[in-house]
Amino acid sequence: MNEELANGQDQWVSYVARVRDAQDQHAFAELFRHFAPRVKYFLMRSGADAGLAEECAQEVMATLWHKAHLFDPTRASVATWIFTIARNRRIDALRKERRAEPEDLPWGPEEAAPQDQVLALQEEAAALGDALSKLPEKQRILIERAYFGDLSHSEIAEETGLPLGTIKSRIRLALDRLRHAMK
Amino acid sequence: MTMTQTISHHLTDALLMGYSAGTLPEAFSLVVATHISMCDECRARAATFDTVGGAMLETSQAVAMDEGSLEATMARISAAQPVARGNGAATQAGQMQGQHQQRPRGVLPAPLQDYVGGDLEQINWRPVGMGVRQALLPTSRSASVRLLYIPAGASVPDHGHRGLELTLVLQGAFMDGDLRFGPGDIEIATEELEHTPIAAQGADCICLAATDAPLRFRALMPRLAQPFLRI
Ligand SMILES: [Zn+2]
Repeated sequence: MNEELANGQDQWVSYVARVRDAQDQHAFAELFRHFAPRVKYFLMRSGADAGLAEECAQEVMATLWHKAHLFDPTRASVATWIFTIARNRRIDALRKERRAEPEDLPWGPEEAAPQDQVLALQEEAAALGDALSKLPEKQRILIERAYFGDLSHSEIAEETGLPLGTIKSRIRLALDRLRHAMK
Repeated sequence: MTMTQTISHHLTDALLMGYSAGTLPEAFSLVVATHISMCDECRARAATFDTVGGAMLETSQAVAMDEGSLEATMARISAAQPVARGNGAATQAGQMQGQHQQRPRGVLPAPLQDYVGGDLEQINWRPVGMGVRQALLPTSRSASVRLLYIPAGASVPDHGHRGLELTLVLQGAFMDGDLRFGPGDIEIATEELEHTPIAAQGADCICLAATDAPLRFRALMPRLAQPFLRI
């Protein structure tokens, strides 16, 4: 386990808690500095021009502020949470579609999250990030295209000229490696 | 709807990844979200795919925000402050957003109730022959999704059979060859796969079926009639 990475995840969790509990603008600025430019890149890779990506990235970060009380660190890392907000903003603003969300599990947001559960989840997210950065370049690029390029597997096949079977098997290999890394 | 122990036909990695990446047509997202609502196993797998997305974001390149961007965002936040804790328009992923309207729990899982506008009794069924009824749900045109009501023992109508076809059982069961699909089970069929689902004996079957084949506006063709037509 990469402890440094897990500690980094932990720090983002504490910044979100400070935004939630104290409307801490300094903590928010730290989150903004790190995540807003990455959200902007994500949106531009998905086909937004710079102006729209800037506007949507600001909206995503504003959503983080407003919904800080809904963030559950036993369920997601801050990066994952922000990714899901950005993804939904993309579907809404770029594709102009609704997105169905699964039924919520019954849970009490008022209960304090057990610290060991928070740590376990954040470590898992860090391990996955670590494994992702160590993937062979070809596999990593395909995963990034699938997430950032707003392309289905068959559209990736068309764009890259690779057979669909090759793309599917490379993605499967990458997922197997990631799963192995998380065991 | 906790029936998760009995589910044996699940979502594929490709569907879960597409759902997490946000690249599925709206109609498929509805089927995926409905299955996840009924299946703890796929809920956990979906969370892992979201984690992959988060890790991609974390390790991706960055594009500089405009001059004064943080201040502009703080101004947005102040402007929106009065509605901060309500169910705002901004969406955010599943658990951590409280997106669904509060509805009593029923036969239909929450994401489906959002599209139907209520539970079973709100469905606007249209007869399509042979005792089968359907209700087309409103989504973007890139794929279509409908609820199907199939009397026990009747064949499930062919809704296109080109492209990718997802059929999720909500109530009752259907058989396809030797395979049984009960509540929560999903059948994933591509155009290569010849499949002939028939509603099982017992309770009438209600399914949620999506296809990315071009939407046809004529009545559905019951499968049993097809061999005669081909002759
Ligand atoms: Zn499942």
